[in-house]
Amino acid sequence: MVTATIFSFYSDHASELVDKSIWTLKLFAAAFGLSVLIAVPIGVWLGHIHKGRFLAINLSNIGRALPSLAVIAIGIAIFGLGFLNVTVALIVIAVPVILTNAYVAVDGVDRELIEAARGMGMSGLQTLFRVELPLALPLLFAGMRTAALYVMATTPLAAVVGAPGGLGDIIANQASYRFEGVVAASLLIALLAFAVDGLFALLQRYATPRSLRGRQKYEVKGTALEAG
Amino acid sequence: MTSLVLAAAPVVPDFGGGSSCVRNNDFFCWQWFKDNWSDTFAPRLVEHIWLTLIALGIGFAISFAAALFAHRHGWFEFPFATLSSFLYTIPSLALFQVLVGITGLTLTTALIPLVTYTLLILFRNTLVGLQEVPEEVTEAARGMGLTRRQILWRVEMPLALPAILAGLQIAAVTVVSLATVAAFVYDHGLGSPIFDAINRGSFNTELIGAGGLAILLGIASYALFAGVQWVTTPWTRARRT
Repeated sequence: MVTATIFSFYSDHASELVDKSIWTLKLFAAAFGLSVLIAVPIGVWLGHIHKGRFLAINLSNIGRALPSLAVIAIGIAIFGLGFLNVTVALIVIAVPVILTNAYVAVDGVDRELIEAARGMGMSGLQTLFRVELPLALPLLFAGMRTAALYVMATTPLAAVVGAPGGLGDIIANQASYRFEGVVAASLLIALLAFAVDGLFALLQRYATPRSLRGRQKYEVKGTALEAG
Repeated sequence: MTSLVLAAAPVVPDFGGGSSCVRNNDFFCWQWFKDNWSDTFAPRLVEHIWLTLIALGIGFAISFAAALFAHRHGWFEFPFATLSSFLYTIPSLALFQVLVGITGLTLTTALIPLVTYTLLILFRNTLVGLQEVPEEVTEAARGMGLTRRQILWRVEMPLALPAILAGLQIAAVTVVSLATVAAFVYDHGLGSPIFDAINRGSFNTELIGAGGLAILLGIASYALFAGVQWVTTPWTRARRT
């Protein structure tokens, strides 16, 4: 019976749900895209030169300790209410996870392989792009996937901090949308998170050199433990 | 509160009387923060700490018992881990909202999701900590004539302590974070001045005061558990360097 009312909620609110999903995806894409652009180059570079270990590791610990709503609250005072503020807050939350994983991934590449690459006459950049990065990709992607899930799970908060437009509007407004609306919108968020995660799993697979596929065990232990 | 925040109509700023700093809604009015410390910020901070401790205590009791059971009876690991992972993926705001319909705007509504989100972390870390105790060590303990119960409490538990504490650390910062969101349905803790400030037309001093305190609390709880780990498990220090 509950399932039936949830299904009828989807059909009754189809166009609204599509609009709100698109808004949510825009917020996600802006926040996550910028986070990757900021965190991956810095993390990879620090890992490549094997410097800044203390910063790279502790950054993710501090990032983990930041309450998302508190970051958004301070963001409101700086950027005002709206899309921009929530985007910045999500970036603050996502960057540490991606950066630390990127650092650990590149820093952890077997030194002997790098020595060998150098011995073959590769320059520093060639070593980075042809040896370190391909080997670092699985762990690098693991960090991005964790961050993606975390960002997606946090997007509903936008609705209660003066940035309406997304699926969070439905989740936060049980008075108008009822129980089935809250559940339907939550399921949709979970579905979007699942889709994004699946997309990244595919990207990861295609980005990993063929010879490495299936050999590297997917490392998630201790990184996937964040809730939105 | 819900309808106020969601109403699209512009909120008329109401920052009360007082200094020009407050009336202009400047970035941060130190004087206002000090004047309102004892009746706005301090009680909310204390509530936040209590909420975190209660949720962490209940979550740990459940997860610890479940992990011990799963350690003894292997079949229990899969269902409990699956259930807690599933609960973990529900957006926190949704879980709070759904529970309002069942338990109302009460402490219970705030606590159930907070406890729920600690289960996966604490269960997994405790169980992995116990499972990673080397076979030879438990064999040796058995050889020395220790009973199963003695092995658990005197051998396995101390060796699992670093993993358990690491789990408590992550769980603590997670609960501190989610307890701010809980204010949306249970008007307590540091989230409540944040929502109050938004309803008043984004009053900066209150936003920064409460947000800053929540961030400090998150970092403090992280540091606290790091300190506890450092003190209680000296043998892990040597290994790490």
